[in-house]
Amino acid sequence: MLAYIIRRVFQGAFVLLIVGFIAFCMFRFMGDPLESILGQEATALDRIELRERLGLNDPIVLQYGRFVGNAVQGEFGISYRNGVPVAELISQRLPATLELALVSAVLALVFGIVLGVYTAIKREGWLANSIMSLSLIGVSLPTFLIGILLIWIFAVELGWLPSFGRGDTGSLFGIQTSLATVSGIKSIILPAITLGLYQMTLIMRLVRAEMLEVLRADYIRFARARGLSERAINFSHALKNTLLPVITIIGLQLGQIIAFAIITETVFQWPGVGLLFINAVQFVDIPVMTTYLLLVGAMFVVLNLLVDLLYAVIDPRLRVAKR
Amino acid sequence: MLHRPTITIATAVAMALAGMSSANANTLRWASSGDSLTLDPHAQNEGPTHTLAHQMYEPLLQRDMAGEIIPALATSWAVTDDPTVWRFTLRQGVKFHNGADFNADDVVFSINRTRAPNSAMKELLTSVVDVKKVDDYTVDLITEGPNPLLPANLTNQFMMDEDWTKANGAEQPQDFDNGGDNFAVRNVNGTGAFKLTSRVIDEKTVLTANEDYWGKDEFPNEITEIVYTPIQSAGTRVAALLSGEVDFIQDVPVQDLARVDGTDSLKVNSAPQNRTIFFGLNVGDEDLTNDNVDGKNPFADLRVRQAMNMAINRAAIQRVVMRDQSQPTGIIMPPFVAGWTEALDALPEGNMDGAKALMAEAGYEEGFTVTLNCPNDRYVNDEAICQAAVGMFAQIGINVNLDAKPKAQHFPLIANKETDFYMLGWGVPTFDSEYIFNFLVHTSSDDRGSWNGTRYSNPEVDSMIVSLGSEVDLEKRAGTVAAIWETIQSEVIYLPIHHQVLNWGMANNIEFPVQPEDQPHFKFLTYAQ
Repeated sequence: MLAYIIRRVFQGAFVLLIVGFIAFCMFRFMGDPLESILGQEATALDRIELRERLGLNDPIVLQYGRFVGNAVQGEFGISYRNGVPVAELISQRLPATLELALVSAVLALVFGIVLGVYTAIKREGWLANSIMSLSLIGVSLPTFLIGILLIWIFAVELGWLPSFGRGDTGSLFGIQTSLATVSGIKSIILPAITLGLYQMTLIMRLVRAEMLEVLRADYIRFARARGLSERAINFSHALKNTLLPVITIIGLQLGQIIAFAIITETVFQWPGVGLLFINAVQFVDIPVMTTYLLLVGAMFVVLNLLVDLLYAVIDPRLRVAKR
Repeated sequence: MLHRPTITIATAVAMALAGMSSANANTLRWASSGDSLTLDPHAQNEGPTHTLAHQMYEPLLQRDMAGEIIPALATSWAVTDDPTVWRFTLRQGVKFHNGADFNADDVVFSINRTRAPNSAMKELLTSVVDVKKVDDYTVDLITEGPNPLLPANLTNQFMMDEDWTKANGAEQPQDFDNGGDNFAVRNVNGTGAFKLTSRVIDEKTVLTANEDYWGKDEFPNEITEIVYTPIQSAGTRVAALLSGEVDFIQDVPVQDLARVDGTDSLKVNSAPQNRTIFFGLNVGDEDLTNDNVDGKNPFADLRVRQAMNMAINRAAIQRVVMRDQSQPTGIIMPPFVAGWTEALDALPEGNMDGAKALMAEAGYEEGFTVTLNCPNDRYVNDEAICQAAVGMFAQIGINVNLDAKPKAQHFPLIANKETDFYMLGWGVPTFDSEYIFNFLVHTSSDDRGSWNGTRYSNPEVDSMIVSLGSEVDLEKRAGTVAAIWETIQSEVIYLPIHHQVLNWGMANNIEFPVQPEDQPHFKFLTYAQ
């Protein structure tokens, strides 16, 4: 098992190196950071000087090598846009994104599973059918549209919830989070729904399909024959066996949630790493972009590893196969 | 609060509200699309950065809400008998936010800091060779040659406290490549009407009124606290204004103007901006790389340029694309700029038959194909303007391929001379024609003409432009300016489109005129009684 983990960690590091390199190769198509750094009064001479000082004339491989060399020492450079160390910017912003992703994931999971089970059991009910139809919205509407729609209804028309920002943050178990204050919790509701809606409908449809499959299985029939209550059958026998694929999806979707947070964060001005990244792209802030992409890459690698390990825990059959 | 889950929360909220209304009677919640990039006043030369800096730091002299120069930290200034020396008399009794006195040493230090190699503001002071303290409240700025317009270059050069800056190791503006952090990027010690209370980048910046501000009685100073939040998404920004979560937003999108203005509690103030939008043409090269004409440059032919100028239906762009939020123009100079006249601003005569005849005369009866480079995230409706223009040029046989890109990719094309036909917008911070000539008309060289993507090079015009820099006879200078404009207008190297219009949205009880540089100076803001 240990050897397996170590091997996966090395694979992960290799993946990150490749991600970073591809990112660096793409930056040349994103524009010129000098245009953003220098004002409109800059002369041709200023441009040449700054380009030289920032090492932008060097070959990509050399620039990348320099970045990796510094990154290994925990030095990610200074943001061109904000003039503060990238590591500081990201560590300031990460809690906001993680908290948003977490709340979205919990919402998606709870509502997804509950509604999925409900629609599977009450297949023909009018409520189940309308939930299924409504879920099409979650799958088909783009995130920014849902966000704007929610702002329109709940912030402008009803005035119940704030349209932007994170509200006040408070301390909860030593972590600065908006979940610790009333204004923070009010602020997170709309972005969390926007971000989690797609995942929620996905989980719901998945659970429903799996559940329908399982309910047809022989052992459920036997359970019925044994006279077990519907409740016991549905929840302790059927649901348990539908959860395996759900865990895979959730593991991978959590990465998606963080990645999709870019759009939600822009719409709601949620001060997380996604918003930071969008600004970095517009400004061609190379140090921030690279670090962000590496961070997201690392997150996916770790999530995948965790999902694989969780499998072994949940499904004993896999544990045997590994040995 | 429509739903009050428990009595305690309701009480807490009521108490909080009561506390707010008494202590923060005039809190201004302000939103705009982009955050200030840095608090270091010399590290970025950029609009939103200057806007925030102006609330806390002050220059020697500044522009007021109408764009006129008024005294700030200097009370008077004049050229001495030696025309290369400008003498500034400083305001006495001014204190920095930390209590330190403001005096000539701070001015010498700050001017030198803006001239440092890492400074983003140094290009505005290239004519300055030295700065000298005469006594505690008098400073001389020595220029290379006579520079009659030096004051106009000082309106965004902020004064820092020498001792504070040095004690915190921030003598130099930030340097990106050193990996060095800079204290002045996160901290402020200015003389301005507001002090920095807290700041989280891209999230929230809170400023509090400076009780010891020297201009307490000189300006309205009605605001006690400013809460500044950047909101990038235009829809969300407008929603925040509509829902009453913010009181003041810059840049209301043109499609939302009616909605904001139609809301009872809100209003929109509009005024022309100090920025003109136009197309540039590569008139200098032998052949164009982005067209289908071999061995010839159609833009080098004056008749083609004239025809294109006539083909642009500026009124239609104003009406359809800009929803009337623009001022069509015939010159690439905003109306605030010295040298502007109504005659110059007159629209070129729109005449399709005449334009077609000129094309035929130039030998392009069959037309030609060319690529137009256009930004899509820089100016108001930039891409839509280009799309409209494509249709207009097609009417005289010019088949335009539109290539719209984000600004980070568009502007390098102009700087590196990789485009033959492009859109550009130009604002004039010095409010003088020379600024336009230096950057857009002078032959592109190491120190001038950096934004002249037209390859236009006229030695006669160049020498006239250079002479402006040191001409002390203002009447003669105005004559040269007029002569240069006459040449540019007759050569048609640029195709002007319009002056942009600024729209500020605000709560009904706020009295605040629009500043032509999009620089709200909140010490001027008043509330209706």
